Amino acid sequence: MTETAILAEDLRKTYGDVVAVDRISLAVPRATVLGLLGANGAGKTTMVRMLTTVLKPDSGKGTVNGFDVQHQQQAVRRSIGLAGQYAAVDENLTGRENLVLVGRLTHIGKAAARQRADELLDQFHLTDAGNRPVRTYSGGMRRRLDLGAALVTHPPVLFLDEPTTGLDPASRLDLWEVIETLVADGTTVLLTTQYLEEADRLADNIVVIDKGLIAAEGTAKQLKSRLGDTVIEFELASPQIAVVAAELLGGTVAAGTIVRLVMSNGPSTLREALNRLSSADVVPAHVALREPTLDDVFLTLTGNSGANS
Amino acid sequence: MNTPNAALPTHVAISTHAGSGFMWAARDTMAMVWRNLTVVRRVPQLLVFALVQPLIFVFMFRYVFGGAIPSGAAGLPYVDYLMPGIFVQTVTFGAINTAVGLAEDKNKGLLERLKSLPMSRSAVLGGRVLADTTRNVFVVTMMLFVGFLVGFNTHTNALKVAAGVGLMVLFGFAICWIFALIGLSVTNGEAAQAAAFPLLAPLTFASNAFVPPDTMPDWLRWWAERQPLSITVRGVRALMLGTEPMDYVWGSIAWSLAITAVLAPLAVRRFRNG
Ligand SMILES: Nc1ncnc2c1ncn2[C@@H]1O[C@H](COP(=O)(O)OP(=O)(O)OP(=O)(O)O)[C@@H](O)[C@H]1O
Ligand SMILES: [Mg+2]
Repeated sequence: MTETAILAEDLRKTYGDVVAVDRISLAVPRATVLGLLGANGAGKTTMVRMLTTVLKPDSGKGTVNGFDVQHQQQAVRRSIGLAGQYAAVDENLTGRENLVLVGRLTHIGKAAARQRADELLDQFHLTDAGNRPVRTYSGGMRRRLDLGAALVTHPPVLFLDEPTTGLDPASRLDLWEVIETLVADGTTVLLTTQYLEEADRLADNIVVIDKGLIAAEGTAKQLKSRLGDTVIEFELASPQIAVVAAELLGGTVAAGTIVRLVMSNGPSTLREALNRLSSADVVPAHVALREPTLDDVFLTLTGNSGANS
Repeated sequence: MNTPNAALPTHVAISTHAGSGFMWAARDTMAMVWRNLTVVRRVPQLLVFALVQPLIFVFMFRYVFGGAIPSGAAGLPYVDYLMPGIFVQTVTFGAINTAVGLAEDKNKGLLERLKSLPMSRSAVLGGRVLADTTRNVFVVTMMLFVGFLVGFNTHTNALKVAAGVGLMVLFGFAICWIFALIGLSVTNGEAAQAAAFPLLAPLTFASNAFVPPDTMPDWLRWWAERQPLSITVRGVRALMLGTEPMDYVWGSIAWSLAITAVLAPLAVRRFRNG
């Protein structure tokens, strides 16, 4: 089989005037994790939908597990597990019934479907709740069940659209471990996330997309070092002043009153920045110097923090 | 099976021969019917509510307006004229379920998951429509008993009465496909509900279900005498009362088949592409 488990070549999808995915190409080697990062509306979900045969691309080509997403759809579907952005489980069925249904619909046989359901309930700590209707589950329990549903067939390729949104920190750690184990066993994962920490920990490669185009790609380390090695943050007295200061310094407004600069020559930039601020009579309330995180990468590349827009 | 690379091709191999063909389509459809009926069992209130509306209609037309409405067929009491209309209205309204169910599945992201599975493309809609048809059989059987309680009498034989039930359930099945298309075209259950009424009103009220169209203005009478629900009501009256020619039975079957033949492929196409 091919060593590239997921391949996208110039995929494009528009909705009327809205270009959801403009032109995106990416390749995910087998048994690795690709983190797809982007602000709200960047096109992450649309990308996942096209690669999982749920949505027909306008143009371009996608290949998953060696099969064409447009012309070998059933073969692609047999190779993948999908946990979409919103937990796609039936509220009125029990957790176990949800998993059995997916098993039946993937043709693994009724008995195997039941056995697999029990295994997954156990793996995701849902055995006690297994016979309760899902409408009695908490958000995090639904999320875990949804992920279990994606794993029913032991798919070689897994698509996870914001899998840990809504999970508490302990469940998130649990899930990260599950994903790491799967990848160690040879599963390929394409994961979208708003949590840069998550991409930092799980993703072998990261693709940052913005308005349907790739803004940057590489390992977490490469992306961070591309930016420079120092982040300087100024806290200003008000959001209005922050906007002025950002313009003055060529930085970005991070969160209301914080202006962020990413530089490779920290100390001299700091002096220059302070000079410019004082010549404009702007006095920062607080200044911090630190190493860049993926958050900074994201913010600098998309000019936008994941949380707003 | 210990090495991951050995595991991967196996899974693909297991199902390579599956996922296509009539047998899998039937099994997938049955799995979806099971799922939809499990939901009905799990939330029985919905079934009770499904009965409330036709019961109100029975009450209104049988007891409130009934006295003032001349019977449609000479010699038969109004309740006999009315009940077949109520039955057909009930199965027609039952089709709203199809739209609401599909719209909710879409809204919850469930359709997306189903689309990513190697299941038959027609099973999601087929399973929905067949489950709603099963539900219709149940609801209409209950209504038949309600009819007997309020004085409804059939004037043919048991076989023909059963055929009458079959005729309206077939009509309901056809209408379900229209509503499948609607359900897939809106964003949630409430929108589906809202979209349903403008379609159902001219079908159920501008008809011969409750009153003979004789007194309606010409333009309305033209519609009320020719539209498929009226034809079906006359077909059911033919089978249960014997007051109408059997032609209407065949006319209703033809309508049901034609509606299904046009709408089912449209709905499946909408499901594939939407
Ligand atoms: N069905 C649709 N009809 C119209 N526009 C759509 C549709 N689906 C997505 N879009 C638009 O396409 C763009 C990309 O959406 P997409 O859901 O892929 O973003 P995303 O990166 O997943 O965002 P989020 O982080 O909010 O989930 C957005 O502008 C969105 O409004
Ligand atoms: Mg999304």
